[in-house]
Amino acid sequence: MNRDLIKFLAFAALILTMPLALHGGYLMNVLVFVGIHTMLAIGLNLLLGYAGQISLGHAGFFGLGAYLSGILTATYGWNPWLAMPLAAAVVGGLAFLIGFPILKLKGHYLAMATLGMGIIMYITFNETIGLTGGPSGLSGIPAIAIGTLTFDSDQKNFYLIWTFTLGMILLTLNLANSRIGRALRAVHDSEVAAQVLGINARLLKVQIFALSAVISSIAGSLYAHTMTFISPASFGFNFSVELLTMVVIGGLGSIYGSFLGAALLTLLPEFLRAAQDYDIIIYGALLMVMVKYLPGGLVRGVPGLFRKLMKKRGARHA
Amino acid sequence: MLRLKKVNTYYGKVHALKNVTLLLAEGEIVTLIGANGAGKTTILNTISAVTPASSGEVLFNDSQISALAPDRIVKLGISQVPEGRQVFKPLSVEDNLDLGAYLRYRNGESKASIHTDMDQVFSLFPRLQERRKQLAGTMSGGEQQMLAIGRALMAKPKLLLLDEPSMGLAPLIVQEIFRVLNQLRREQGTTILLVEQNARAALKLADRGYVLETGKIILEGTSAQLMENADVKRAYLGKDKG
Repeated sequence: MNRDLIKFLAFAALILTMPLALHGGYLMNVLVFVGIHTMLAIGLNLLLGYAGQISLGHAGFFGLGAYLSGILTATYGWNPWLAMPLAAAVVGGLAFLIGFPILKLKGHYLAMATLGMGIIMYITFNETIGLTGGPSGLSGIPAIAIGTLTFDSDQKNFYLIWTFTLGMILLTLNLANSRIGRALRAVHDSEVAAQVLGINARLLKVQIFALSAVISSIAGSLYAHTMTFISPASFGFNFSVELLTMVVIGGLGSIYGSFLGAALLTLLPEFLRAAQDYDIIIYGALLMVMVKYLPGGLVRGVPGLFRKLMKKRGARHA
Repeated sequence: MLRLKKVNTYYGKVHALKNVTLLLAEGEIVTLIGANGAGKTTILNTISAVTPASSGEVLFNDSQISALAPDRIVKLGISQVPEGRQVFKPLSVEDNLDLGAYLRYRNGESKASIHTDMDQVFSLFPRLQERRKQLAGTMSGGEQQMLAIGRALMAKPKLLLLDEPSMGLAPLIVQEIFRVLNQLRREQGTTILLVEQNARAALKLADRGYVLETGKIILEGTSAQLMENADVKRAYLGKDKG
């Protein structure tokens, strides 16, 4: 545990000193997104990487958290600090109820069911115009404040988001190394074997589904308050797939992997802007190359590739 | 200790167990023999509630357990070593054993007392101790089988359900595993229900046996009786009549 703690502190220090190197500006805004995406990827990774259950509807939970927070604060004048936990509780409760019937399904069928779930939520965001503003979106969402400190600049938002993200990382690292984390990996490997050891696999899957939805909802609330404007387009099927890609590219079953995946998939399109119309082609090609040559994701693949290269060089010198 | 009364189990429309009635007394080793698809594994899965019975009674120490969820069954003291071992391959030997004690950890039992039992598993299977940090998936079939049994023992079961522990293993390893089962019964009084294809070895170890065919129990008796039975000899022991 001690070594893990040192690793975490080093990581936190690295992240929190980044603004000093960047002197504010556009990249700070991108890093805010990296933080939000990291939370989402970690939430999905708990489900996919640890428990081995797929979801193609997580953008829906993200959107639901964002809309609940947005509506409660913008329309009804709630304090964001009250709206966020309420949204998380509602989304968690909903995920728990949905989870019971659909997590009985496995593999492709679970993918279809969660896909349907995400689409239903997306349609709801679009059609309940009175509440959500429909396709034209919901604006006027207040920024989060602590006393007189209002989080209304990229710099401030960076610290707000990353405080949450780092907290989430610490929490999930602990969970992953606990009895529960071990049980999740057991369910992933063989549900029957897990069950005959006394693990209530069904309940555990539903609980982790709900936890993962709660994390997505919190990320959604934070997103709403930092953007101050939300529209359904951010919470569609495409984004669910993007989240899934982050988790897989980063490394299934690795918390830091989720960060790497989220960082790469958020930063890459920004850097590829230079290639103009070809950006999407390069983006796609890079993803294919990574899946082919870095199985196990960035977090395991890059060190492995590095070792291989060193070995080759060593062989040449000998 | 365990009693099945007219149990019927279905897989969808397939009627896998037909009016199965069987009995296990405390401290006994009883074996179920039969061909592939006869329903041996289904009986174990019905007891552990992985595939619950659709009718009939499953009684453990005189209380009905057929309506319980699998984790409750384990809590009562019934542990299953599933078919094909099913150790958790990406996890270490130690993690696998710790998972066997899942419910004990959840009940707040101390790590020290659980690890005393882990040492006991290591004394039964010294090979596991040598490999305690190794990933389960990288061990040989025999070692994985030992781990699967050790993992089940970590729950401190009163009744152990074993599904084909000899599957795909060398005869020497099978002997070793059966020796440990015998030792468990002798030293700890564990009751064992053993499903086996290797009827000869199973009957040698067991006190009694049941013969299963297409979901029905067609024969029962002491091991000696079954070994002398002409049908059993022909069908399962590979000897000609007489």
